[in-house]
Amino acid sequence: MKQSMTAGDAAELIPDGATLLIGGFMGVGSPHRLIDAIVERGAKNLTLVANDTAMPGKGIGKLVTAGCLSRVIASHIGLNPETQQKMISGEIDVDLVPQGTLVERIRAAGVGLGGILTPTGLGTLVENGKQIVTVNDQRFLLEEPIHGDFALIAAHQADYVGNLEYSLTAHNFNPIMALAGKTVIAEPQSIVPVGVISPDSVKTPGILVDHLLERQPDGS
Amino acid sequence: MEAKEIIARRVAQEIKPDTLVNLGIGLPSMVANYLPKEVHVFFQAENGVIGLGARPPEGMEDPDLTDAGGGFVTAVPGAASIDSAMSFGLIRGGHLDMTVLGGLQVDERGYLANWMVPGKMVPGMGGAMDLVAGAKQVIVAMVHTAKGKPKILHECSLPLTAQRRVSLVVTEMAVIEPTADGLVLKEAGPDTTVDEILSATEANLIVRGDVPKMRI
Repeated sequence: MKQSMTAGDAAELIPDGATLLIGGFMGVGSPHRLIDAIVERGAKNLTLVANDTAMPGKGIGKLVTAGCLSRVIASHIGLNPETQQKMISGEIDVDLVPQGTLVERIRAAGVGLGGILTPTGLGTLVENGKQIVTVNDQRFLLEEPIHGDFALIAAHQADYVGNLEYSLTAHNFNPIMALAGKTVIAEPQSIVPVGVISPDSVKTPGILVDHLLERQPDGS
Repeated sequence: MEAKEIIARRVAQEIKPDTLVNLGIGLPSMVANYLPKEVHVFFQAENGVIGLGARPPEGMEDPDLTDAGGGFVTAVPGAASIDSAMSFGLIRGGHLDMTVLGGLQVDERGYLANWMVPGKMVPGMGGAMDLVAGAKQVIVAMVHTAKGKPKILHECSLPLTAQRRVSLVVTEMAVIEPTADGLVLKEAGPDTTVDEILSATEANLIVRGDVPKMRI
Protein backbone atom coordinates (compact mmCIF):
# COMPACT_ATOMS: atom_id res chain seq x y z
CA MET A 1 0.00 0.00 0.00
CA LYS A 2 1.11 3.55 -0.66
CA GLN A 3 0.60 6.74 1.26
CA SER A 4 -0.34 9.63 -0.98
CA MET A 5 1.80 12.77 -0.85
CA THR A 6 1.44 16.43 -1.75
CA ALA A 7 2.71 17.78 -5.06
CA GLY A 8 5.16 19.98 -3.15
CA ASP A 9 6.71 16.99 -1.37
CA ALA A 10 6.93 15.10 -4.65
CA ALA A 11 8.70 18.02 -6.33
CA GLU A 12 11.32 17.98 -3.56
CA LEU A 13 12.29 14.46 -4.64
CA ILE A 14 13.39 15.74 -8.05
CA PRO A 15 16.91 17.18 -8.05
CA ASP A 16 18.21 19.78 -10.48
CA GLY A 17 19.71 18.19 -13.58
CA ALA A 18 17.35 15.20 -13.57
CA THR A 19 15.85 13.68 -16.71
CA LEU A 20 12.04 13.72 -16.55
CA LEU A 21 9.66 11.73 -18.69
CA ILE A 22 6.38 13.65 -18.58
CA GLY A 23 3.12 12.37 -20.02
CA GLY A 24 0.73 14.47 -22.06
CA PHE A 25 -0.23 15.61 -25.52
CA MET A 26 -0.62 19.37 -25.82
CA GLY A 27 -1.47 19.54 -22.14
CA VAL A 28 -4.04 16.71 -22.24
CA GLY A 29 -3.07 13.96 -19.80
CA SER A 30 -0.20 15.88 -18.19
CA PRO A 31 0.47 15.89 -14.42
CA HIS A 32 -0.45 19.55 -13.97
CA ARG A 33 -0.14 19.79 -10.17
CA LEU A 34 3.33 18.21 -10.24
CA ILE A 35 4.44 20.58 -12.98
CA ASP A 36 3.22 23.56 -10.95
CA ALA A 37 5.12 22.28 -7.91
CA ILE A 38 8.34 21.83 -9.92
CA VAL A 39 8.03 25.41 -11.16
CA GLU A 40 7.36 26.56 -7.60
CA ARG A 41 10.48 24.75 -6.34
CA GLY A 42 12.52 26.58 -8.99
CA ALA A 43 14.09 23.44 -10.47
CA LYS A 44 16.93 24.02 -12.93
CA ASN A 45 18.79 22.29 -15.70
CA LEU A 46 16.21 19.55 -16.20
CA THR A 47 16.09 17.37 -19.30
CA LEU A 48 12.51 16.97 -20.48
CA VAL A 49 11.34 13.99 -22.49
CA ALA A 50 7.77 14.51 -23.67
CA ASN A 51 5.70 14.44 -26.82
CA ASP A 52 5.53 18.24 -26.97
CA THR A 53 6.00 21.38 -24.88
CA ALA A 54 2.28 22.31 -24.93
CA MET A 55 1.56 26.02 -25.10
CA PRO A 56 2.94 28.94 -23.05
CA GLY A 57 1.16 28.99 -19.70
CA LYS A 58 -0.22 25.47 -20.05
CA GLY A 59 1.16 22.20 -18.64
CA ILE A 60 4.74 21.53 -19.73
CA GLY A 61 4.81 25.01 -21.26
CA LYS A 62 5.15 26.38 -17.71
CA LEU A 63 8.50 24.55 -17.31
CA VAL A 64 9.72 26.28 -20.46
CA THR A 65 8.60 29.73 -19.28
CA ALA A 66 10.10 29.26 -15.80
CA GLY A 67 13.53 28.36 -17.21
CA CYS A 68 13.58 24.89 -15.62
CA LEU A 69 14.77 23.12 -18.77
CA SER A 70 18.15 22.92 -20.45
CA ARG A 71 17.33 20.10 -22.83
CA VAL A 72 14.14 18.93 -24.54
CA ILE A 73 13.56 15.67 -26.41
CA ALA A 74 10.14 15.95 -28.10
CA SER A 75 8.32 15.32 -31.36
CA HIS A 76 6.66 18.72 -31.65
CA ILE A 77 7.28 22.21 -30.31
CA GLY A 78 5.23 24.04 -32.93
CA LEU A 79 2.52 25.34 -30.62
CA ASN A 80 4.99 26.82 -28.16
CA PRO A 81 6.85 29.79 -29.68
CA GLU A 82 8.74 30.18 -26.41
CA THR A 83 10.41 26.78 -26.82
CA GLN A 84 11.35 27.74 -30.37
CA GLN A 85 12.83 31.09 -29.21
CA LYS A 86 14.83 29.39 -26.47
CA MET A 87 16.03 26.79 -28.95
CA ILE A 88 17.23 29.51 -31.35
CA SER A 89 18.89 31.51 -28.56
CA GLY A 90 20.66 28.35 -27.36
CA GLU A 91 19.09 28.36 -23.89
CA ILE A 92 17.42 25.00 -24.55
CA ASP A 93 18.97 22.23 -26.56
CA VAL A 94 16.11 20.64 -28.55
CA ASP A 95 16.23 17.17 -30.05
CA LEU A 96 13.24 16.50 -32.35
CA VAL A 97 12.22 12.85 -32.65
CA PRO A 98 9.35 11.39 -34.72
CA GLN A 99 6.43 10.70 -32.39
CA GLY A 100 6.22 6.96 -33.01
CA THR A 101 9.98 6.62 -32.61
CA LEU A 102 9.94 8.65 -29.40
CA VAL A 103 7.34 6.47 -27.73
CA GLU A 104 9.09 3.25 -28.81
CA ARG A 105 12.49 4.50 -27.59
CA ILE A 106 10.92 5.15 -24.18
CA ARG A 107 9.18 1.78 -24.29
CA ALA A 108 12.47 0.07 -25.21
CA ALA A 109 14.07 1.55 -22.11
CA GLY A 110 11.17 0.40 -19.99
CA VAL A 111 11.00 -3.16 -21.25
CA GLY A 112 14.69 -3.97 -21.41
CA LEU A 113 15.32 -3.69 -25.14
CA GLY A 114 18.63 -2.41 -26.48
CA GLY A 115 16.90 -0.25 -29.06
CA ILE A 116 14.36 -0.44 -31.82
CA LEU A 117 14.52 -0.80 -35.60
CA THR A 118 12.14 1.53 -37.42
CA PRO A 119 11.62 2.58 -41.03
CA THR A 120 10.51 6.04 -39.86
CA GLY A 121 13.09 8.71 -40.63
CA LEU A 122 15.02 6.78 -43.31
CA GLY A 123 16.27 9.17 -45.96
CA THR A 124 15.53 12.24 -43.81
CA LEU A 125 17.46 14.46 -41.40
CA VAL A 126 16.51 12.02 -38.63
CA GLU A 127 18.86 9.46 -40.19
CA ASN A 128 21.98 11.57 -39.55
CA GLY A 129 24.57 9.83 -37.39
CA LYS A 130 22.48 6.71 -36.91
CA GLN A 131 23.23 3.13 -37.76
CA ILE A 132 21.19 1.53 -40.55
CA VAL A 133 20.41 -2.14 -40.05
CA THR A 134 19.17 -4.41 -42.84
CA VAL A 135 16.81 -7.22 -41.88
CA ASN A 136 15.43 -9.52 -44.59
CA ASP A 137 16.45 -6.97 -47.25
CA GLN A 138 14.55 -4.19 -45.52
CA ARG A 139 16.41 -1.19 -44.14
CA PHE A 140 15.73 0.24 -40.67
CA LEU A 141 17.15 2.94 -38.44
CA LEU A 142 18.56 1.78 -35.13
CA GLU A 143 17.11 4.03 -32.45
CA GLU A 144 18.40 3.85 -28.89
CA PRO A 145 16.38 3.62 -25.66
CA ILE A 146 15.52 6.75 -23.66
CA HIS A 147 15.61 6.27 -19.89
CA GLY A 148 14.29 8.73 -17.34
CA ASP A 149 15.36 9.43 -13.77
CA PHE A 150 11.72 10.18 -13.10
CA ALA A 151 8.48 9.47 -14.91
CA LEU A 152 5.69 11.90 -14.07
CA ILE A 153 2.41 10.24 -14.94
CA ALA A 154 -1.11 11.66 -15.13
CA ALA A 155 -3.88 9.13 -14.54
CA HIS A 156 -7.64 9.25 -14.35
CA GLN A 157 -7.89 7.10 -11.26
CA ALA A 158 -5.60 5.21 -8.90
CA ASP A 159 -5.99 2.93 -5.91
CA TYR A 160 -3.65 2.77 -2.92
CA VAL A 161 -1.71 -0.10 -4.45
CA GLY A 162 -0.81 2.37 -7.18
CA ASN A 163 -2.79 0.73 -9.95
CA LEU A 164 -3.63 3.28 -12.63
CA GLU A 165 -6.51 3.71 -15.00
CA TYR A 166 -6.49 6.27 -17.80
CA SER A 167 -9.16 8.16 -19.67
CA LEU A 168 -9.68 8.58 -23.45
CA THR A 169 -6.92 10.58 -25.17
CA ALA A 170 -5.27 11.28 -21.81
CA HIS A 171 -3.51 7.90 -22.10
CA ASN A 172 -1.00 9.04 -24.71
CA PHE A 173 2.59 8.57 -23.41
CA ASN A 174 1.63 7.92 -19.77
CA PRO A 175 1.36 4.10 -19.65
CA ILE A 176 4.62 3.78 -21.60
CA MET A 177 6.57 6.27 -19.52
CA ALA A 178 5.46 4.52 -16.33
CA LEU A 179 7.76 1.67 -17.41
CA ALA A 180 10.81 3.79 -18.12
CA GLY A 181 11.42 6.04 -15.12
CA LYS A 182 13.75 4.94 -12.32
CA THR A 183 11.30 6.64 -9.98
CA VAL A 184 7.66 6.87 -11.02
CA ILE A 185 5.37 9.52 -9.57
CA ALA A 186 1.69 9.24 -10.49
CA GLU A 187 -0.79 12.08 -10.30
CA PRO A 188 -4.34 10.68 -10.34
CA GLN A 189 -7.46 12.81 -10.46
CA SER A 190 -8.97 10.56 -7.81
CA ILE A 191 -7.90 7.68 -5.59
CA VAL A 192 -10.36 4.88 -4.88
CA PRO A 193 -10.20 2.02 -2.35
CA VAL A 194 -8.20 -1.04 -3.37
CA GLY A 195 -10.44 -3.44 -5.26
CA VAL A 196 -12.61 -0.79 -6.88
CA ILE A 197 -10.59 -0.73 -10.09
CA SER A 198 -11.21 -3.95 -11.98
CA PRO A 199 -7.98 -5.84 -12.78
CA ASP A 200 -9.04 -5.70 -16.42
CA SER A 201 -9.08 -1.89 -16.29
CA VAL A 202 -5.60 -1.48 -14.82
CA LYS A 203 -3.27 -0.19 -17.54
CA THR A 204 -0.31 0.49 -15.24
CA PRO A 205 0.14 -2.10 -12.48
CA GLY A 206 0.81 -0.51 -9.10
CA ILE A 207 4.16 -2.26 -8.71
CA LEU A 208 5.55 0.27 -11.22
CA VAL A 209 4.43 3.29 -9.22
CA ASP A 210 6.76 4.57 -6.48
CA HIS A 211 4.84 7.62 -5.31
CA LEU A 212 1.22 8.58 -5.49
CA LEU A 213 0.04 12.18 -5.39
CA GLU A 214 -2.94 12.94 -3.22
CA ARG A 215 -6.24 13.17 -5.06
CA GLN A 216 -7.22 16.33 -6.85
CA PRO A 217 -8.45 18.77 -4.17
CA ASP A 218 -12.19 19.43 -4.25
CA GLY A 219 -13.31 22.20 -6.47
CA SER A 220 -10.18 22.37 -8.62
CA MET B 1 -15.95 27.04 -54.99
CA GLU B 2 -13.06 27.79 -52.67
CA ALA B 3 -9.79 25.94 -53.35
CA LYS B 4 -9.81 24.12 -50.03
CA GLU B 5 -13.35 22.87 -50.53
CA ILE B 6 -12.50 21.52 -53.98
CA ILE B 7 -9.54 19.65 -52.50
CA ALA B 8 -11.48 18.28 -49.52
CA ARG B 9 -14.38 17.14 -51.72
CA ARG B 10 -12.05 15.38 -54.16
CA VAL B 11 -10.02 13.65 -51.44
CA ALA B 12 -13.24 12.42 -49.79
CA GLN B 13 -13.94 10.40 -52.96
CA GLU B 14 -10.76 8.38 -52.34
CA ILE B 15 -11.95 7.07 -48.98
CA LYS B 16 -13.23 3.53 -49.06
CA PRO B 17 -15.84 2.11 -46.67
CA ASP B 18 -14.79 0.24 -43.54
CA THR B 19 -11.26 1.55 -43.44
CA LEU B 20 -9.11 3.29 -40.85
CA VAL B 21 -8.21 6.83 -41.91
CA ASN B 22 -6.00 9.49 -40.32
CA LEU B 23 -6.64 13.10 -41.34
CA GLY B 24 -3.96 15.69 -40.62
CA ILE B 25 -4.84 18.98 -38.99
CA GLY B 26 -6.00 21.98 -41.06
CA LEU B 27 -7.15 21.37 -44.63
CA PRO B 28 -7.03 17.53 -44.42
CA SER B 29 -9.46 17.54 -41.48
CA MET B 30 -12.08 19.19 -43.76
CA VAL B 31 -12.28 15.95 -45.77
CA ALA B 32 -14.53 14.38 -43.11
CA ASN B 33 -17.22 16.96 -43.92
CA TYR B 34 -17.64 15.65 -47.47
CA LEU B 35 -17.74 11.93 -46.84
CA PRO B 36 -21.05 10.41 -48.05
CA LYS B 37 -23.18 9.24 -45.11
CA GLU B 38 -23.24 5.65 -46.37
CA VAL B 39 -19.46 5.41 -46.27
CA HIS B 40 -18.60 4.30 -42.75
CA VAL B 41 -14.98 4.65 -41.71
CA PHE B 42 -13.14 5.01 -38.44
CA PHE B 43 -11.02 8.11 -38.16
CA GLN B 44 -7.87 7.84 -36.10
CA ALA B 45 -6.41 10.73 -34.13
CA GLU B 46 -2.83 9.73 -33.43
CA ASN B 47 -2.94 11.16 -29.91
CA GLY B 48 -5.03 8.14 -29.04
CA VAL B 49 -8.49 7.52 -30.42
CA ILE B 50 -9.95 5.34 -33.13
CA GLY B 51 -13.43 6.56 -33.95
CA LEU B 52 -12.98 10.30 -33.77
CA GLY B 53 -16.32 12.14 -33.80
CA ALA B 54 -17.45 15.70 -34.43
CA ARG B 55 -16.81 18.66 -32.18
CA PRO B 56 -19.06 18.48 -29.09
CA PRO B 57 -21.71 21.13 -28.39
CA GLU B 58 -20.39 24.00 -26.29
CA GLY B 59 -20.42 23.09 -22.61
CA MET B 60 -20.20 19.36 -23.34
CA GLU B 61 -16.46 19.13 -23.94
CA ASP B 62 -14.41 16.46 -22.16
CA PRO B 63 -10.93 17.82 -21.30
CA ASP B 64 -9.57 14.29 -21.78
CA LEU B 65 -10.87 13.94 -25.34
CA THR B 66 -9.12 15.96 -28.03
CA ASP B 67 -7.81 15.44 -31.54
CA ALA B 68 -4.19 15.65 -32.63
CA GLY B 69 -4.57 19.41 -33.04
CA GLY B 70 -5.64 19.73 -29.40
CA GLY B 71 -9.26 20.62 -30.27
CA PHE B 72 -12.18 19.11 -28.36
CA VAL B 73 -13.84 16.19 -30.13
CA THR B 74 -16.24 13.37 -29.41
CA ALA B 75 -15.89 9.63 -29.92
CA VAL B 76 -18.34 7.69 -32.09
CA PRO B 77 -20.08 4.52 -30.86
CA GLY B 78 -17.57 1.70 -31.24
CA ALA B 79 -14.61 3.97 -30.60
CA ALA B 80 -11.46 2.82 -28.80
CA SER B 81 -9.01 4.87 -26.77
CA ILE B 82 -5.39 3.79 -27.10
CA ASP B 83 -1.97 4.85 -25.90
CA SER B 84 0.70 6.33 -28.12
CA ALA B 85 2.61 3.06 -28.61
CA MET B 86 -0.55 1.35 -29.88
CA SER B 87 -1.45 4.38 -31.96
CA PHE B 88 1.88 4.48 -33.77
CA GLY B 89 2.04 0.71 -33.86
CA LEU B 90 -1.13 0.85 -35.94
CA ILE B 91 0.40 3.52 -38.17
CA ARG B 92 3.76 1.83 -38.80
CA GLY B 93 2.40 -1.69 -38.67
CA GLY B 94 0.34 -1.44 -41.83
CA HIS B 95 -3.03 -1.18 -40.06
CA LEU B 96 -3.77 2.37 -41.16
CA ASP B 97 -5.41 2.31 -44.59
CA MET B 98 -4.97 5.96 -45.45
CA THR B 99 -3.49 9.19 -44.21
CA VAL B 100 -4.30 12.60 -45.66
CA LEU B 101 -1.64 15.20 -44.98
CA GLY B 102 -0.87 18.77 -45.96
CA GLY B 103 2.27 19.50 -47.95
CA LEU B 104 4.87 22.21 -48.45
CA GLN B 105 6.48 20.53 -51.47
CA VAL B 106 6.14 17.34 -53.52
CA ASP B 107 8.64 16.31 -56.16
CA GLU B 108 8.95 14.11 -59.26
CA ARG B 109 9.93 11.11 -57.16
CA GLY B 110 6.67 11.53 -55.28
CA TYR B 111 8.55 12.53 -52.12
CA LEU B 112 6.86 14.88 -49.67
CA ALA B 113 8.34 17.70 -47.60
CA ASN B 114 5.94 19.02 -44.97
CA TRP B 115 7.60 19.41 -41.61
CA MET B 116 10.15 22.21 -41.60
CA VAL B 117 11.52 25.29 -43.30
CA PRO B 118 15.13 25.58 -42.12
CA GLY B 119 15.75 28.88 -40.34
CA LYS B 120 12.08 29.83 -40.41
CA MET B 121 9.77 27.15 -39.13
CA VAL B 122 11.00 24.26 -37.01
CA PRO B 123 7.88 22.94 -35.30
CA GLY B 124 9.00 19.32 -35.22
CA MET B 125 7.70 16.44 -37.26
CA GLY B 126 5.20 15.22 -34.68
CA GLY B 127 3.61 12.13 -36.22
CA ALA B 128 4.14 13.09 -39.87
CA MET B 129 7.21 10.94 -40.53
CA ASP B 130 5.58 7.83 -39.06
CA LEU B 131 2.38 8.47 -41.02
CA VAL B 132 4.16 8.86 -44.35
CA ALA B 133 6.47 5.92 -43.71
CA GLY B 134 3.74 3.63 -42.45
CA ALA B 135 0.27 4.29 -43.85
CA LYS B 136 -0.86 2.01 -46.67
CA GLN B 137 -1.94 5.01 -48.73
CA VAL B 138 -0.61 8.54 -48.38
CA ILE B 139 -2.63 11.36 -49.92
CA VAL B 140 -1.21 14.87 -50.01
CA ALA B 141 -3.91 17.54 -49.90
CA MET B 142 -2.57 21.01 -50.58
CA VAL B 143 -3.16 24.15 -52.63
CA HIS B 144 -1.25 23.98 -55.89
CA THR B 145 1.03 26.99 -55.38
CA ALA B 146 2.30 29.11 -52.49
CA LYS B 147 2.14 32.86 -53.19
CA GLY B 148 2.19 32.06 -56.90
CA LYS B 149 5.23 29.81 -56.64
CA PRO B 150 4.98 26.13 -57.59
CA LYS B 151 4.99 23.58 -54.76
CA ILE B 152 5.25 20.59 -57.09
CA LEU B 153 8.91 20.61 -58.03
CA HIS B 154 11.61 18.64 -59.84
CA GLU B 155 13.15 17.95 -56.44
CA CYS B 156 12.11 19.07 -52.97
CA SER B 157 14.38 21.80 -51.62
CA LEU B 158 12.99 21.43 -48.09
CA PRO B 159 13.89 18.51 -45.79
CA LEU B 160 11.92 15.39 -46.71
CA THR B 161 9.31 13.85 -44.46
CA ALA B 162 10.08 10.36 -45.75
CA GLN B 163 11.81 8.66 -48.62
CA ARG B 164 8.59 7.15 -49.84
CA ARG B 165 6.56 7.78 -52.96
CA VAL B 166 3.17 9.14 -51.88
CA SER B 167 0.02 7.63 -53.43
CA LEU B 168 -1.78 10.72 -54.71
CA VAL B 169 -1.52 14.50 -54.71
CA VAL B 170 -4.78 16.47 -54.76
CA THR B 171 -4.82 20.23 -55.31
CA GLU B 172 -7.56 22.60 -56.44
CA MET B 173 -5.99 22.50 -59.92
CA ALA B 174 -5.10 18.86 -60.38
CA VAL B 175 -5.07 15.26 -59.26
CA ILE B 176 -1.58 13.85 -59.72
CA GLU B 177 -0.43 10.28 -59.26
CA PRO B 178 3.26 9.74 -58.57
CA THR B 179 4.48 6.60 -60.37
CA ALA B 180 7.81 4.94 -61.07
CA ASP B 181 7.84 6.84 -64.41
CA GLY B 182 7.09 10.21 -62.80
CA LEU B 183 4.10 12.35 -61.97
CA VAL B 184 1.01 11.45 -64.01
CA LEU B 185 -1.68 14.11 -64.42
CA LYS B 186 -4.93 12.24 -63.81
CA GLU B 187 -7.53 15.01 -63.53
CA ALA B 188 -7.82 18.75 -63.88
CA GLY B 189 -9.62 21.03 -61.44
CA PRO B 190 -13.18 22.10 -62.28
CA ASP B 191 -12.08 25.49 -63.62
CA THR B 192 -8.59 24.60 -64.77
CA THR B 193 -7.01 23.83 -68.15
CA VAL B 194 -4.05 21.51 -68.62
CA ASP B 195 -1.95 24.46 -69.77
CA GLU B 196 -2.72 26.32 -66.56
CA ILE B 197 -1.66 23.27 -64.54
CA LEU B 198 1.58 22.90 -66.46
CA SER B 199 2.51 26.55 -65.98
CA ALA B 200 1.77 26.38 -62.24
CA THR B 201 3.93 23.25 -61.85
CA GLU B 202 7.72 23.12 -61.94
CA ALA B 203 7.89 19.33 -62.09
CA ASN B 204 7.45 17.50 -65.37
CA LEU B 205 3.94 16.09 -65.60
CA ILE B 206 3.09 13.10 -67.75
CA VAL B 207 -0.07 13.90 -69.73
CA ARG B 208 -1.70 10.89 -71.39
CA GLY B 209 -4.49 11.81 -73.82
CA ASP B 210 -7.44 13.85 -72.66
CA VAL B 211 -7.31 14.79 -69.01
CA PRO B 212 -10.76 14.50 -67.42
CA LYS B 213 -12.12 17.19 -65.10
CA MET B 214 -12.60 16.44 -61.41
CA ARG B 215 -16.20 15.53 -60.64
CA ILE B 216 -17.08 17.13 -57.36
